[in-house]
Amino acid sequence: MAVLLLAEVTNGELAMDATAKAVSASKSLGDVTVLCAGASAAAAGDAAAKIDGVAKVLVAEDDSLGHRLAEPTAALIAGLAGDYSHIVAPATTDAKNILPRVAALLDVMVISDVTAVVDGDTFERPIYAGNAIQVVKSSDATKVISFRTSTFDAAGEGGSASVETISAAENPGLSSWVEDKVAESDRPELTSAGVVVSGGRGVGSEEDFKIIEALADKLGAAVGASRAAVDSGFAPNDWQVGQTGKVVAPDLYIAVGISGAIQHLAGMKDSKIIVAINKDEEAPIFQVADFGLVADLFQAVPELTEKLG
Amino acid sequence: MKVLVPVKRVIDYNVKVRVNADGSGVDLANVKMSMNPFDEIAVEEAIRLKEAGKADEVVAVSIGVEKAQETLRTALAMGADRAILVVAADDVHTDIEPLAVAKILAKVVEEEQPGLVLAGKQAIDNDMNATGQMLSALLGWSQATFASELDIDGDTAKVTREVDGGLQTISVKMPTIVTVDLRLNEPRYASLPNIMKAKKKPLDKKTAADYGVDVTPRLTVVETKEPETRAAGIIVGSVDELVAKLKDAGAV
Repeated sequence: MAVLLLAEVTNGELAMDATAKAVSASKSLGDVTVLCAGASAAAAGDAAAKIDGVAKVLVAEDDSLGHRLAEPTAALIAGLAGDYSHIVAPATTDAKNILPRVAALLDVMVISDVTAVVDGDTFERPIYAGNAIQVVKSSDATKVISFRTSTFDAAGEGGSASVETISAAENPGLSSWVEDKVAESDRPELTSAGVVVSGGRGVGSEEDFKIIEALADKLGAAVGASRAAVDSGFAPNDWQVGQTGKVVAPDLYIAVGISGAIQHLAGMKDSKIIVAINKDEEAPIFQVADFGLVADLFQAVPELTEKLG
Repeated sequence: MKVLVPVKRVIDYNVKVRVNADGSGVDLANVKMSMNPFDEIAVEEAIRLKEAGKADEVVAVSIGVEKAQETLRTALAMGADRAILVVAADDVHTDIEPLAVAKILAKVVEEEQPGLVLAGKQAIDNDMNATGQMLSALLGWSQATFASELDIDGDTAKVTREVDGGLQTISVKMPTIVTVDLRLNEPRYASLPNIMKAKKKPLDKKTAADYGVDVTPRLTVVETKEPETRAAGIIVGSVDELVAKLKDAGAV
C-alpha cells in the first residue's frame, strides 16, 4: 500500500502542523509520498522532506497551481493516482475543495474528516456534527481521505526524504484567482494553537470582544468565536469554532459567554481542558467544561486576564 | 438562465440526534425532518437571482425517499418554479452517497441544461461536503465552493469563498457549480399563501433507475456509535480558584 498526501501549501509555504498531523494519521497505511503543489513549492517540498515518516516528496510548480484552484490541482492528483492505494490530505478548506473532485474523477467515494484509522479500508468519522461516530469500510480500489487534524499528533521532524520535481497537469482553464483577503494577525493559527479563548453571543458586541482578545493575548492564545457571535457580527467568520467553522483541540479552551450549542461543542469538545465562563448556570457548556465559573464575564474575564501570568 | 438547486431532506438541525443502542445507526423514525440548512441558502440565492432578472427559472431537485417531496414543496413555497423528485431509497435510514447523488444530478443537468447549479456546501447528516465538487468533476465544469458572495456577469461568475485563512475570491467560467456557505444570505420563510400555491406547482417523479445510475454504496457502515463523553467537571467559586485549578492542572 502506498499513500499520496497532498500537503497544505499556501503562497509557497508549507503549513507544517496540518501536514505533519496528516503524515502521522497516514503512517499505518503505507509509504507516504507528500505532494507539494503551488506556483512556488520547492521550499515547501524541502520542509516536507524533513517530516518523520515521509518516504518521498513530489514538487509540482506551475502558475495554474498557485492558488489551489480545484480544477488544475485535482487533475494533477488524478493523474498520479495510479501509483497509490490512498490519497489523503489534512481536512482544510483547500483539501475539502479538491479531494471530492479527485474522488469523482477516479469514480470512488471520498471519506471526509476521518478521526481514526481502523485498517487500510476502515475508518472512523464523525457525522451529525460529531453527535455520532460512524465506522465505514470502503470497497473502492483507491481511498480518498481527508483527516481531521485535531485528533492526530504531528509527526516529528528529522527525516530526509528524496525530493522529485514533477510537471503540472494541463490547466483546464475553468477558473482563475482574483484576490485573497487574509486576516493579518500576530496570534497563533486557530486550528494549531495550544490555547484558544472563544467568545459567544454573551460578549454582546464587537467592541466588547476586545476583552476576549486581551485574555487571549495574555495567554499567547488564538481567538475563537461561536457561530452566534459571528452571525451577530461580533467576530469575523474565520474565527468560528464549530460544525460550520473550524474544529480545534487545544490543550486549553476557554469559552466565554458561550451557551454551548451542539454545533459549537462539535468544534471544541476534544480540547484537553475546557473552561467555561457564563452567567447562566444552566448553560449546556458547563456539561463539557472541566472548570466552570458562573459569573458576569465583564468582571470575570478582565480579572482573569490580570491574575494570570 | 435556468438554475438547478439540489436539496436534501435531513433531520431538523434543532433535533438532538440519538444513536441506536445496537450500533445500527441514528434513530430517524418519528423525528422532525427539514430541508438541509445549507440547501435553504442555495434555494434563497437562486430565487434572488430570478428576482434580480439574472435567472428565469429555478428548478429544485431532491434525491432520496418518497417523502423528500415535502422538502421540495418547501423549496417551491420559497419560490422555486418546479421540482424533480428522484426516488432512490425506500427507507429513510438509507443515505444515498454523494458520488451516486452526483451521478444522478449529472443526468438531470444533461436533461435540464441549467447555466448554474447552486448547492449547499454539506448536508448536516453525513457532513461529507462532497456532492457539489463531485458533480463538477463529472460534468467537467468549474467549481466554486463555500461561497459567501456570488456575482454573475455574462459568461463568468465572481465568487468569494470562505477559506481557512479568511476569504478568497475567484472567477469561474459559466456554466458552473457553486456550493454555498452560511453567510451568503438569510433564507426567507415561506408565507402561507405561497405554501398553498406550492401545492399546485409541477413536481416530476423519477427513480434512480430512470437515469441508469447504480446507487450501491461504496462505503459500508460497520457501526454507528456514540461519541466519547467528557467526564463531568467542577464549578469553581471565583476567578482566584479558577486560576489555582488551571495552575494545578499545568494548563497555564
